[in-house]
Amino acid sequence: MRRALPRFVPAVLLAVALLAAWELYCDLGGVQGAVLPAPHAVASALWDNAGLLGHNFAVTAEEVVLGLALALAAGLAMAVAIHLSPLLRRAFYPLAVGSQAVPIPVIGVLLVFWWGFGIFPKLVVIALICFFPVLVTTIDGLASLDPERAKLLRTLDASRWQTLRFAELPAALPAALSGARIALAVGVIGAFIAETSTPTTGTYTGLGREIVLDAGGFQTARAYAATALLFAFAIVCFHSLAVAERRLAPWRRTAAPGAAR
Amino acid sequence: MAHGSSSPGADPSNLWGNAREGSDVTTATRSRAGASPVGPLRTPAERRGAELAVERLEHTYRSERGAPVRALDDVSLSATAGELVAVVGPSGCGKTTLLEVVCGLLEPDGGTVAGPAAVLMPQRDLLLPWLDALENAALSLRLAGRRRGPALAAARELFCELGLDGFERARPDELSGGMRQRVAFARTLLSGKRLLCLDEPFAGLDAITRSEMQQWLAGSLQREPRTVLLVTHDVEEAIVLCDRVIVLSRRPGRVLAELEVALPRPRRAGDAQVAALRARALAQLGGGGA
Repeated sequence: MRRALPRFVPAVLLAVALLAAWELYCDLGGVQGAVLPAPHAVASALWDNAGLLGHNFAVTAEEVVLGLALALAAGLAMAVAIHLSPLLRRAFYPLAVGSQAVPIPVIGVLLVFWWGFGIFPKLVVIALICFFPVLVTTIDGLASLDPERAKLLRTLDASRWQTLRFAELPAALPAALSGARIALAVGVIGAFIAETSTPTTGTYTGLGREIVLDAGGFQTARAYAATALLFAFAIVCFHSLAVAERRLAPWRRTAAPGAAR
Repeated sequence: MAHGSSSPGADPSNLWGNAREGSDVTTATRSRAGASPVGPLRTPAERRGAELAVERLEHTYRSERGAPVRALDDVSLSATAGELVAVVGPSGCGKTTLLEVVCGLLEPDGGTVAGPAAVLMPQRDLLLPWLDALENAALSLRLAGRRRGPALAAARELFCELGLDGFERARPDELSGGMRQRVAFARTLLSGKRLLCLDEPFAGLDAITRSEMQQWLAGSLQREPRTVLLVTHDVEEAIVLCDRVIVLSRRPGRVLAELEVALPRPRRAGDAQVAALRARALAQLGGGGA
Protein backbone atom coordinates (compact mmCIF):
# COMPACT_ATOMS: atom_id res chain seq x y z
CA MET A 1 0.00 0.00 0.00
CA ARG A 2 1.26 3.46 -0.85
CA ARG A 3 0.97 6.02 1.82
CA ALA A 4 0.27 9.65 1.06
CA LEU A 5 3.30 11.88 1.34
CA PRO A 6 3.21 14.73 3.84
CA ARG A 7 2.05 17.89 2.08
CA PHE A 8 5.31 19.75 2.39
CA VAL A 9 7.38 17.04 0.68
CA PRO A 10 6.90 18.21 -2.95
CA ALA A 11 7.87 21.78 -2.07
CA VAL A 12 10.94 20.60 -0.15
CA LEU A 13 12.02 18.32 -3.00
CA LEU A 14 11.65 21.11 -5.53
CA ALA A 15 13.56 23.53 -3.29
CA VAL A 16 16.39 21.02 -2.84
CA ALA A 17 16.56 20.42 -6.60
CA LEU A 18 16.69 24.17 -7.32
CA LEU A 19 19.37 24.69 -4.67
CA ALA A 20 21.42 21.85 -6.11
CA ALA A 21 21.20 23.30 -9.60
CA TRP A 22 22.14 26.73 -8.26
CA GLU A 23 25.10 25.30 -6.33
CA LEU A 24 26.27 23.42 -9.41
CA TYR A 25 25.96 26.54 -11.58
CA CYS A 26 28.14 28.53 -9.16
CA ASP A 27 30.65 25.73 -8.52
CA LEU A 28 31.19 25.12 -12.21
CA GLY A 29 32.18 28.77 -12.58
CA GLY A 30 29.11 30.02 -14.40
CA VAL A 31 29.10 33.24 -12.41
CA GLN A 32 31.25 35.17 -9.91
CA GLY A 33 30.48 34.95 -6.21
CA ALA A 34 29.94 38.73 -5.98
CA VAL A 35 27.25 38.49 -8.64
CA LEU A 36 25.55 35.31 -7.46
CA PRO A 37 26.78 33.67 -4.27
CA ALA A 38 26.51 29.90 -4.08
CA PRO A 39 23.96 28.48 -1.63
CA HIS A 40 26.69 27.27 0.73
CA ALA A 41 28.11 30.82 0.81
CA VAL A 42 24.65 32.20 1.59
CA ALA A 43 24.23 29.63 4.33
CA SER A 44 27.53 30.54 5.95
CA ALA A 45 26.71 34.26 5.65
CA LEU A 46 23.45 33.52 7.42
CA TRP A 47 25.30 31.63 10.16
CA ASP A 48 28.04 34.23 10.59
CA ASN A 49 25.64 37.17 10.71
CA ALA A 50 22.87 35.49 12.69
CA GLY A 51 22.73 38.26 15.30
CA LEU A 52 22.60 41.15 12.85
CA LEU A 53 20.14 39.48 10.54
CA GLY A 54 18.01 38.28 13.43
CA HIS A 55 17.59 41.79 14.81
CA ASN A 56 16.82 43.22 11.41
CA PHE A 57 14.40 40.40 10.76
CA ALA A 58 12.53 41.24 13.96
CA VAL A 59 12.17 44.83 12.77
CA THR A 60 10.85 43.81 9.36
CA ALA A 61 8.54 41.11 10.72
CA GLU A 62 6.96 43.62 13.07
CA GLU A 63 6.46 46.03 10.19
CA VAL A 64 4.84 43.40 8.02
CA VAL A 65 2.49 42.11 10.71
CA LEU A 66 1.42 45.54 11.92
CA GLY A 67 1.26 46.99 8.42
CA LEU A 68 -0.89 44.13 7.30
CA ALA A 69 -3.17 44.56 10.30
CA LEU A 70 -3.50 48.23 9.42
CA ALA A 71 -4.25 47.32 5.80
CA LEU A 72 -6.89 44.79 6.86
CA ALA A 73 -8.57 47.25 9.20
CA ALA A 74 -8.54 50.03 6.63
CA GLY A 75 -9.56 47.77 3.75
CA LEU A 76 -12.45 46.19 5.65
CA ALA A 77 -13.74 49.49 7.03
CA MET A 78 -13.52 51.12 3.63
CA ALA A 79 -15.19 48.15 1.94
CA VAL A 80 -18.14 48.27 4.36
CA ALA A 81 -18.47 52.03 3.90
CA ILE A 82 -18.38 51.70 0.12
CA HIS A 83 -20.81 48.78 0.25
CA LEU A 84 -23.31 50.78 2.27
CA SER A 85 -23.01 54.02 0.37
CA PRO A 86 -23.24 54.28 -3.41
CA LEU A 87 -22.09 57.87 -3.05
CA LEU A 88 -18.89 56.81 -1.31
CA ARG A 89 -18.36 54.14 -3.94
CA ARG A 90 -18.53 56.72 -6.69
CA ALA A 91 -16.40 59.21 -4.77
CA PHE A 92 -13.76 56.97 -3.34
CA TYR A 93 -13.29 53.89 -5.47
CA PRO A 94 -11.61 55.62 -8.44
CA LEU A 95 -9.19 57.38 -6.10
CA ALA A 96 -8.38 54.11 -4.34
CA VAL A 97 -7.54 52.58 -7.71
CA GLY A 98 -5.39 55.56 -8.63
CA SER A 99 -3.56 55.42 -5.31
CA GLN A 100 -2.10 52.10 -6.39
CA ALA A 101 -0.17 53.82 -9.14
CA VAL A 102 1.64 56.23 -6.83
CA PRO A 103 5.33 55.24 -6.52
CA ILE A 104 5.92 55.06 -2.79
CA PRO A 105 9.37 56.80 -2.77
CA VAL A 106 7.61 59.93 -4.03
CA ILE A 107 5.64 60.21 -0.80
CA GLY A 108 8.16 58.56 1.58
CA VAL A 109 9.69 61.83 2.66
CA LEU A 110 6.27 63.38 3.18
CA LEU A 111 5.22 60.51 5.42
CA VAL A 112 8.37 60.95 7.52
CA PHE A 113 7.73 64.69 7.63
CA TRP A 114 4.28 63.95 9.06
CA TRP A 115 5.04 61.07 11.41
CA GLY A 116 8.78 61.10 12.08
CA PHE A 117 11.48 58.44 11.78
CA GLY A 118 9.68 55.73 13.72
CA ILE A 119 7.83 52.70 12.53
CA PHE A 120 4.55 54.39 11.68
CA PRO A 121 5.43 55.84 8.26
CA LYS A 122 6.60 52.37 7.24
CA LEU A 123 3.33 50.84 8.38
CA VAL A 124 1.49 53.40 6.30
CA VAL A 125 3.52 52.47 3.23
CA ILE A 126 2.85 48.74 3.73
CA ALA A 127 -0.83 49.43 4.36
CA LEU A 128 -1.04 51.56 1.21
CA ILE A 129 0.35 48.68 -0.80
CA CYS A 130 -1.69 45.97 0.94
CA PHE A 131 -5.11 47.48 1.51
CA PHE A 132 -6.15 47.42 -2.12
CA PRO A 133 -6.55 43.64 -2.58
CA VAL A 134 -8.40 43.51 0.73
CA LEU A 135 -10.68 46.35 -0.36
CA VAL A 136 -11.57 44.88 -3.74
CA THR A 137 -12.16 41.31 -2.57
CA THR A 138 -14.18 42.43 0.44
CA ILE A 139 -16.42 44.69 -1.62
CA ASP A 140 -17.12 41.80 -3.96
CA GLY A 141 -17.65 39.49 -0.99
CA LEU A 142 -20.15 41.85 0.64
CA ALA A 143 -22.14 41.92 -2.58
CA SER A 144 -22.05 38.12 -2.87
CA LEU A 145 -25.01 37.46 -0.57
CA ASP A 146 -27.52 35.91 -2.92
CA PRO A 147 -30.73 37.86 -3.56
CA GLU A 148 -32.92 35.02 -2.30
CA ARG A 149 -31.25 35.13 1.10
CA ALA A 150 -31.55 38.90 1.13
CA LYS A 151 -35.25 38.51 0.43
CA LEU A 152 -35.62 35.97 3.23
CA LEU A 153 -33.95 38.35 5.68
CA ARG A 154 -36.39 41.04 4.63
CA THR A 155 -39.38 38.85 5.48
CA LEU A 156 -37.75 38.28 8.86
CA ASP A 157 -37.66 42.07 9.25
CA ALA A 158 -33.88 42.36 9.35
CA SER A 159 -32.62 45.93 9.56
CA ARG A 160 -29.83 47.14 7.29
CA TRP A 161 -27.36 46.71 10.12
CA GLN A 162 -28.61 43.20 10.93
CA THR A 163 -28.37 42.16 7.30
CA LEU A 164 -24.77 43.33 7.33
CA ARG A 165 -23.96 41.66 10.61
CA PHE A 166 -25.69 38.31 10.21
CA ALA A 167 -25.37 37.78 6.49
CA GLU A 168 -23.25 40.12 4.40
CA LEU A 169 -20.17 40.24 6.62
CA PRO A 170 -19.98 36.45 7.14
CA ALA A 171 -20.60 35.97 3.43
CA ALA A 172 -17.71 38.34 2.71
CA LEU A 173 -15.29 36.70 5.12
CA PRO A 174 -13.81 34.09 2.75
CA ALA A 175 -13.29 36.71 0.05
CA ALA A 176 -11.75 39.10 2.55
CA LEU A 177 -9.36 36.39 3.70
CA SER A 178 -8.41 35.70 0.10
CA GLY A 179 -7.69 39.38 -0.20
CA ALA A 180 -5.59 39.18 2.95
CA ARG A 181 -3.53 36.38 1.41
CA ILE A 182 -2.84 38.46 -1.68
CA ALA A 183 -2.04 41.40 0.58
CA LEU A 184 0.39 39.28 2.50
CA ALA A 185 2.15 38.18 -0.66
CA VAL A 186 2.82 41.82 -1.53
CA GLY A 187 3.26 42.82 2.12
CA VAL A 188 6.78 41.46 2.48
CA ILE A 189 7.99 43.28 -0.61
CA GLY A 190 5.96 46.22 0.72
CA ALA A 191 8.15 46.21 3.82
CA PHE A 192 11.21 46.33 1.59
CA ILE A 193 9.78 49.31 -0.26
CA ALA A 194 8.82 50.95 3.03
CA GLU A 195 12.30 50.60 4.50
CA THR A 196 14.08 51.82 1.43
CA SER A 197 11.78 54.73 0.67
CA THR A 198 11.46 56.33 4.09
CA PRO A 199 14.48 57.87 5.81
CA THR A 200 15.09 56.19 9.12
CA THR A 201 17.35 56.16 12.15
CA GLY A 202 18.29 53.49 14.65
CA THR A 203 20.66 50.56 14.97
CA TYR A 204 18.57 47.94 13.27
CA THR A 205 16.56 49.24 10.36
CA GLY A 206 15.13 46.08 8.88
CA LEU A 207 16.13 43.48 6.34
CA GLY A 208 15.14 45.66 3.38
CA ARG A 209 17.62 48.37 4.20
CA GLU A 210 20.20 45.72 5.09
CA ILE A 211 19.78 44.14 1.64
CA VAL A 212 20.21 47.47 -0.15
CA LEU A 213 23.35 48.31 1.85
CA ASP A 214 24.84 44.84 1.34
CA ALA A 215 24.04 44.68 -2.34
CA GLY A 216 25.75 48.02 -2.83
CA GLY A 217 28.65 47.09 -0.55
CA PHE A 218 29.66 43.82 -2.20
CA GLN A 219 28.22 41.80 0.65
CA THR A 220 26.17 39.85 -1.83
CA ALA A 221 26.09 36.67 0.21
CA ARG A 222 24.63 38.52 3.20
CA ALA A 223 22.06 40.22 0.99
CA TYR A 224 21.03 36.79 -0.23
CA ALA A 225 20.92 35.49 3.32
CA ALA A 226 18.57 38.33 4.27
CA THR A 227 16.47 37.58 1.21
CA ALA A 228 16.24 33.94 2.23
CA LEU A 229 14.81 35.04 5.56
CA LEU A 230 12.15 37.15 3.83
CA PHE A 231 11.39 34.22 1.54
CA ALA A 232 10.81 31.87 4.47
CA PHE A 233 8.85 34.50 6.38
CA ALA A 234 6.42 34.97 3.49
CA ILE A 235 5.75 31.24 3.37
CA VAL A 236 5.15 31.02 7.12
CA CYS A 237 2.77 34.00 7.07
CA PHE A 238 0.84 32.62 4.12
CA HIS A 239 0.36 29.30 5.88
CA SER A 240 -0.76 30.96 9.10
CA LEU A 241 -3.39 32.83 7.16
CA ALA A 242 -4.56 29.63 5.46
CA VAL A 243 -4.91 28.02 8.89
CA ALA A 244 -6.81 31.06 10.13
CA GLU A 245 -9.13 30.82 7.15
CA ARG A 246 -9.96 27.20 7.84
CA ARG A 247 -10.75 28.16 11.41
CA LEU A 248 -12.75 31.26 10.61
CA ALA A 249 -14.65 30.04 7.55
CA PRO A 250 -15.02 26.28 7.98
CA TRP A 251 -18.14 26.25 5.83
CA ARG A 252 -16.12 27.08 2.76
CA ARG A 253 -14.99 23.73 1.52
CA THR A 254 -13.50 24.77 -1.75
CA ALA A 255 -10.53 26.87 -0.83
CA ALA A 256 -9.49 29.69 -3.09
CA PRO A 257 -7.00 28.94 -5.82
CA GLY A 258 -3.50 29.20 -4.43
CA ALA A 259 -4.55 28.34 -0.90
CA ALA A 260 -1.68 26.75 0.94
CA ARG A 261 -2.97 23.47 2.20
CA MET B 1 -49.47 51.96 -7.69
CA ALA B 2 -53.02 51.50 -8.83
CA HIS B 3 -55.28 50.18 -6.13
CA GLY B 4 -58.50 51.35 -7.70
CA SER B 5 -59.85 47.88 -8.26
CA SER B 6 -59.87 47.10 -4.58
CA SER B 7 -62.75 49.26 -3.43
CA PRO B 8 -65.25 47.33 -1.31
CA GLY B 9 -68.07 48.06 -3.72
CA ALA B 10 -66.29 46.56 -6.69
CA ASP B 11 -68.47 44.58 -9.04
CA PRO B 12 -68.33 40.99 -7.83
CA SER B 13 -69.45 39.50 -11.12
CA ASN B 14 -65.95 38.39 -12.04
CA LEU B 15 -65.58 36.52 -8.81
CA TRP B 16 -68.86 34.73 -9.29
CA GLY B 17 -67.89 33.91 -12.81
CA ASN B 18 -65.12 31.79 -11.37
CA ALA B 19 -67.37 30.38 -8.73
CA ARG B 20 -69.65 28.76 -11.25
CA GLU B 21 -66.69 26.95 -12.71
CA GLY B 22 -65.65 25.76 -9.31
CA SER B 23 -69.03 24.73 -7.97
CA ASP B 24 -69.11 21.22 -9.35
CA VAL B 25 -65.86 20.15 -7.76
CA THR B 26 -66.70 21.12 -4.22
CA THR B 27 -67.64 17.98 -2.45
CA ALA B 28 -67.99 18.69 1.18
CA THR B 29 -68.83 21.26 3.75
CA ARG B 30 -66.16 22.43 6.07
CA SER B 31 -65.40 20.13 8.89
CA ARG B 32 -63.12 22.25 11.04
CA ALA B 33 -64.57 23.34 14.32
CA GLY B 34 -66.35 26.65 14.23
CA ALA B 35 -66.38 27.00 10.48
CA SER B 36 -69.67 27.42 8.76
CA PRO B 37 -70.45 25.47 5.62
CA VAL B 38 -69.30 27.49 2.66
CA GLY B 39 -69.71 27.31 -1.02
CA PRO B 40 -66.99 26.98 -3.58
CA LEU B 41 -65.75 30.55 -3.36
CA ARG B 42 -66.17 32.82 -0.43
CA THR B 43 -68.03 36.01 -0.98
CA PRO B 44 -66.12 39.28 -0.62
CA ALA B 45 -67.85 39.82 2.71
CA GLU B 46 -66.73 36.46 4.00
CA ARG B 47 -63.22 37.18 2.88
CA ARG B 48 -63.20 40.42 4.79
CA GLY B 49 -63.95 38.52 7.95
CA ALA B 50 -61.06 36.15 7.41
CA GLU B 51 -57.60 36.51 8.86
CA LEU B 52 -56.01 36.85 5.44
CA ALA B 53 -58.00 38.49 2.69
CA VAL B 54 -56.51 38.87 -0.76
CA GLU B 55 -58.79 40.86 -3.05
CA ARG B 56 -58.55 41.09 -6.81
CA LEU B 57 -54.80 41.00 -7.01
CA GLU B 58 -53.17 41.72 -10.31
CA HIS B 59 -49.55 42.05 -11.15
CA THR B 60 -47.42 42.36 -14.25
CA TYR B 61 -43.67 42.22 -14.11
CA ARG B 62 -41.00 42.68 -16.70
CA SER B 63 -39.08 39.65 -17.79
CA GLU B 64 -35.31 39.80 -18.04
CA ARG B 65 -35.68 40.71 -21.67
CA GLY B 66 -37.99 43.55 -20.75
CA ALA B 67 -41.20 41.99 -22.03
CA PRO B 68 -44.20 42.45 -19.74
CA VAL B 69 -45.36 39.22 -18.11
CA ARG B 70 -48.80 39.16 -16.58
CA ALA B 71 -48.37 37.01 -13.50
CA LEU B 72 -51.61 37.46 -11.60
CA ASP B 73 -55.02 38.30 -12.96
CA ASP B 74 -57.78 39.16 -10.53
CA VAL B 75 -56.82 36.68 -7.82
CA SER B 76 -58.91 36.69 -4.67
CA LEU B 77 -58.58 34.29 -1.80
CA SER B 78 -58.81 34.17 1.95
CA ALA B 79 -57.80 32.13 4.95
CA THR B 80 -59.37 32.00 8.37
CA ALA B 81 -57.21 31.84 11.46
CA GLY B 82 -55.50 28.48 11.70
CA GLU B 83 -56.59 27.40 8.27
CA LEU B 84 -54.22 25.64 5.89
CA VAL B 85 -54.81 26.90 2.37
CA ALA B 86 -52.98 25.49 -0.61
CA VAL B 87 -52.52 27.28 -3.89
CA VAL B 88 -51.80 24.87 -6.72
CA GLY B 89 -51.19 25.51 -10.36
CA PRO B 90 -48.82 24.77 -13.19
CA SER B 91 -45.29 26.12 -13.16
CA GLY B 92 -45.11 29.82 -13.78
CA CYS B 93 -48.69 30.56 -12.82
CA GLY B 94 -47.71 33.41 -10.55
CA LYS B 95 -47.74 31.42 -7.31
CA THR B 96 -44.46 32.82 -6.11
CA THR B 97 -45.53 36.33 -7.09
CA LEU B 98 -48.66 35.82 -4.99
CA LEU B 99 -46.60 34.84 -1.93
CA GLU B 100 -44.23 37.74 -2.37
CA VAL B 101 -47.15 40.12 -2.44
CA VAL B 102 -48.67 38.53 0.67
CA CYS B 103 -45.31 38.78 2.44
CA GLY B 104 -44.99 42.43 1.50
CA LEU B 105 -41.92 41.87 -0.66
CA LEU B 106 -43.68 43.08 -3.76
CA GLU B 107 -46.12 45.89 -4.36
CA PRO B 108 -48.90 44.62 -6.63
CA ASP B 109 -50.16 46.62 -9.59
CA GLY B 110 -53.70 46.28 -8.30
CA GLY B 111 -55.72 44.74 -5.51
CA THR B 112 -55.25 44.56 -1.78
CA VAL B 113 -53.93 42.23 0.83
CA ALA B 114 -55.31 42.47 4.33
CA GLY B 115 -53.81 40.18 6.90
CA PRO B 116 -51.28 39.73 9.65
CA ALA B 117 -47.54 39.97 9.12
CA ALA B 118 -46.45 37.03 7.02
CA VAL B 119 -43.19 35.16 6.84
CA LEU B 120 -41.87 33.41 3.76
CA MET B 121 -40.37 29.94 3.71
CA PRO B 122 -38.77 29.65 0.30
CA GLN B 123 -38.28 26.52 -1.75
CA ARG B 124 -34.55 26.56 -1.17
CA ASP B 125 -33.89 26.33 2.54
CA LEU B 126 -31.50 29.30 2.36
CA LEU B 127 -29.89 28.41 5.65
CA LEU B 128 -26.83 30.52 6.38
CA PRO B 129 -23.78 28.27 5.97
CA TRP B 130 -21.81 30.06 8.67
CA LEU B 131 -24.38 29.27 11.36
CA ASP B 132 -25.15 25.85 12.82
CA ALA B 133 -28.66 24.41 12.70
CA LEU B 134 -29.73 25.88 16.02
CA GLU B 135 -28.35 29.32 15.23
CA ASN B 136 -30.08 29.23 11.87
CA ALA B 137 -33.43 28.50 13.48
CA ALA B 138 -32.80 31.15 16.12
CA LEU B 139 -31.97 33.72 13.45
CA SER B 140 -35.61 34.88 13.37
CA LEU B 141 -35.47 35.63 17.06
CA ARG B 142 -32.08 37.32 16.83
CA LEU B 143 -33.39 39.56 14.05
CA ALA B 144 -36.39 40.35 16.23
CA GLY B 145 -33.95 41.73 18.78
CA ARG B 146 -33.74 38.76 21.16
CA ARG B 147 -30.33 38.20 22.75
CA ARG B 148 -28.29 35.18 21.74
CA GLY B 149 -28.81 33.10 24.88
CA PRO B 150 -32.60 33.28 25.11
CA ALA B 151 -32.95 32.96 21.34
CA LEU B 152 -30.94 29.74 21.30
CA ALA B 153 -32.87 28.42 24.29
CA ALA B 154 -36.19 29.02 22.54
CA ALA B 155 -34.91 27.38 19.38
CA ARG B 156 -33.66 24.39 21.36
CA GLU B 157 -37.12 23.91 22.83
CA LEU B 158 -38.68 23.95 19.37
CA PHE B 159 -36.01 21.55 18.11
CA CYS B 160 -37.17 18.98 20.65
CA GLU B 161 -40.77 19.51 19.68
CA LEU B 162 -40.04 19.11 15.97
CA GLY B 163 -37.84 16.06 16.38
CA LEU B 164 -34.67 17.94 15.49
CA ASP B 165 -32.85 17.35 18.75
CA GLY B 166 -29.36 16.02 18.31
CA PHE B 167 -28.78 18.16 15.22
CA GLU B 168 -28.30 21.48 17.02
CA ARG B 169 -24.60 21.84 16.30
CA ALA B 170 -24.66 20.49 12.75
CA ARG B 171 -23.69 22.88 9.99
CA PRO B 172 -26.15 23.14 7.09
CA ASP B 173 -23.77 21.39 4.69
CA GLU B 174 -23.74 18.41 7.03
CA LEU B 175 -27.53 18.02 6.93
CA SER B 176 -29.67 16.19 4.39
CA GLY B 177 -32.12 18.14 2.27
CA GLY B 178 -35.05 17.04 4.42
CA MET B 179 -33.31 18.04 7.64
CA ARG B 180 -32.37 21.41 6.20
CA GLN B 181 -36.02 22.06 5.35
CA ARG B 182 -37.00 21.14 8.90
CA VAL B 183 -34.52 23.66 10.25
CA ALA B 184 -35.84 26.23 7.77
CA PHE B 185 -39.36 25.50 9.00
CA ALA B 186 -38.24 25.95 12.61
CA ARG B 187 -36.76 29.31 11.64
CA THR B 188 -40.05 30.21 9.95
CA LEU B 189 -42.08 29.25 13.04
CA LEU B 190 -39.79 31.17 15.37
CA SER B 191 -40.40 34.38 13.46
CA GLY B 192 -43.54 34.49 15.60
CA LYS B 193 -45.69 35.57 12.67
CA ARG B 194 -49.19 34.17 12.45
CA LEU B 195 -49.20 33.65 8.72
CA LEU B 196 -46.70 31.27 7.13
CA CYS B 197 -46.19 31.42 3.38
CA LEU B 198 -44.58 28.18 2.24
CA ASP B 199 -43.26 28.32 -1.31
CA GLU B 200 -42.96 24.75 -2.62
CA PRO B 201 -41.07 23.75 0.51
CA PHE B 202 -40.56 20.13 -0.57
CA ALA B 203 -40.09 20.54 -4.31
CA GLY B 204 -36.37 19.90 -4.12
CA LEU B 205 -36.68 16.63 -2.22
CA ASP B 206 -36.89 13.06 -3.45
CA ALA B 207 -40.29 11.35 -3.36
CA ILE B 208 -39.74 9.34 -0.18
CA THR B 209 -38.33 12.26 1.77
CA ARG B 210 -41.10 14.48 0.46
CA SER B 211 -43.81 12.20 1.75
CA GLU B 212 -42.03 11.93 5.11
CA MET B 213 -41.77 15.70 5.25
CA GLN B 214 -45.47 16.11 4.48
CA GLN B 215 -46.38 13.91 7.44
CA TRP B 216 -43.89 15.74 9.58
CA LEU B 217 -45.24 19.15 8.57
CA ALA B 218 -48.83 18.04 9.20
CA GLY B 219 -47.83 16.87 12.68
CA SER B 220 -45.81 20.00 13.39
CA LEU B 221 -48.68 22.27 12.40
CA GLN B 222 -51.00 20.34 14.70
CA ARG B 223 -48.64 21.06 17.58
CA GLU B 224 -47.93 24.64 16.48
CA PRO B 225 -51.09 25.85 14.75
CA ARG B 226 -50.64 28.69 12.30
CA THR B 227 -52.45 30.08 9.31
CA VAL B 228 -50.66 28.68 6.30
CA LEU B 229 -50.61 29.60 2.65
CA LEU B 230 -48.87 26.72 0.89
CA VAL B 231 -47.89 27.09 -2.72
CA THR B 232 -47.16 23.89 -4.60
CA HIS B 233 -47.48 22.34 -8.02
CA ASP B 234 -48.13 18.98 -6.38
CA VAL B 235 -51.91 18.65 -6.08
CA GLU B 236 -51.62 15.55 -3.93
CA GLU B 237 -49.39 17.38 -1.45
CA ALA B 238 -51.94 20.18 -1.28
CA ILE B 239 -54.76 17.72 -0.53
CA VAL B 240 -52.77 15.75 2.04
CA LEU B 241 -51.79 18.87 3.97
CA CYS B 242 -54.47 21.49 3.58
CA ASP B 243 -58.07 22.34 4.48
CA ARG B 244 -58.75 24.08 1.22
CA VAL B 245 -57.12 23.98 -2.20
CA ILE B 246 -57.21 26.89 -4.59
CA VAL B 247 -56.48 26.01 -8.19
CA LEU B 248 -54.78 28.67 -10.28
CA SER B 249 -54.70 28.70 -14.06
CA ARG B 250 -51.68 28.89 -16.28
CA ARG B 251 -50.20 32.39 -16.55
CA PRO B 252 -51.67 34.84 -16.01
CA GLY B 253 -52.75 33.14 -12.80
CA ARG B 254 -56.46 33.33 -12.06
CA VAL B 255 -58.53 31.29 -9.66
CA LEU B 256 -60.10 28.34 -11.46
CA ALA B 257 -61.62 26.55 -8.51
CA GLU B 258 -61.60 26.07 -4.78
CA LEU B 259 -61.83 22.65 -3.22
CA GLU B 260 -62.75 22.01 0.36
CA VAL B 261 -60.74 19.10 1.70
CA ALA B 262 -62.90 17.61 4.43
CA LEU B 263 -61.00 14.35 4.76
CA PRO B 264 -60.03 13.00 8.17
CA ARG B 265 -56.41 13.32 9.25
CA PRO B 266 -53.84 11.95 9.04
CA ARG B 267 -54.12 11.65 5.30
CA ARG B 268 -51.80 9.72 3.07
CA ALA B 269 -50.87 10.37 -0.51
CA GLY B 270 -52.18 6.97 -1.60
CA ASP B 271 -55.66 7.24 0.00
CA ALA B 272 -58.55 6.70 -2.39
CA GLN B 273 -60.31 9.88 -1.31
CA VAL B 274 -57.15 11.90 -1.80
CA ALA B 275 -56.77 10.43 -5.27
CA ALA B 276 -60.39 11.25 -6.12
CA LEU B 277 -60.01 14.87 -5.09
CA ARG B 278 -56.75 15.07 -6.96
CA ALA B 279 -58.41 13.86 -10.13
CA ARG B 280 -61.05 16.55 -9.78
CA ALA B 281 -58.50 19.28 -9.25
CA LEU B 282 -56.49 18.14 -12.23
CA ALA B 283 -59.64 18.07 -14.34
CA GLN B 284 -60.14 21.72 -13.43
CA LEU B 285 -56.60 22.53 -14.42
CA GLY B 286 -56.96 20.69 -17.70
CA GLY B 287 -60.29 22.34 -18.48
CA GLY B 288 -59.59 25.89 -17.47
CA GLY B 289 -55.90 26.28 -17.97
CA ALA B 290 -55.64 25.55 -21.67
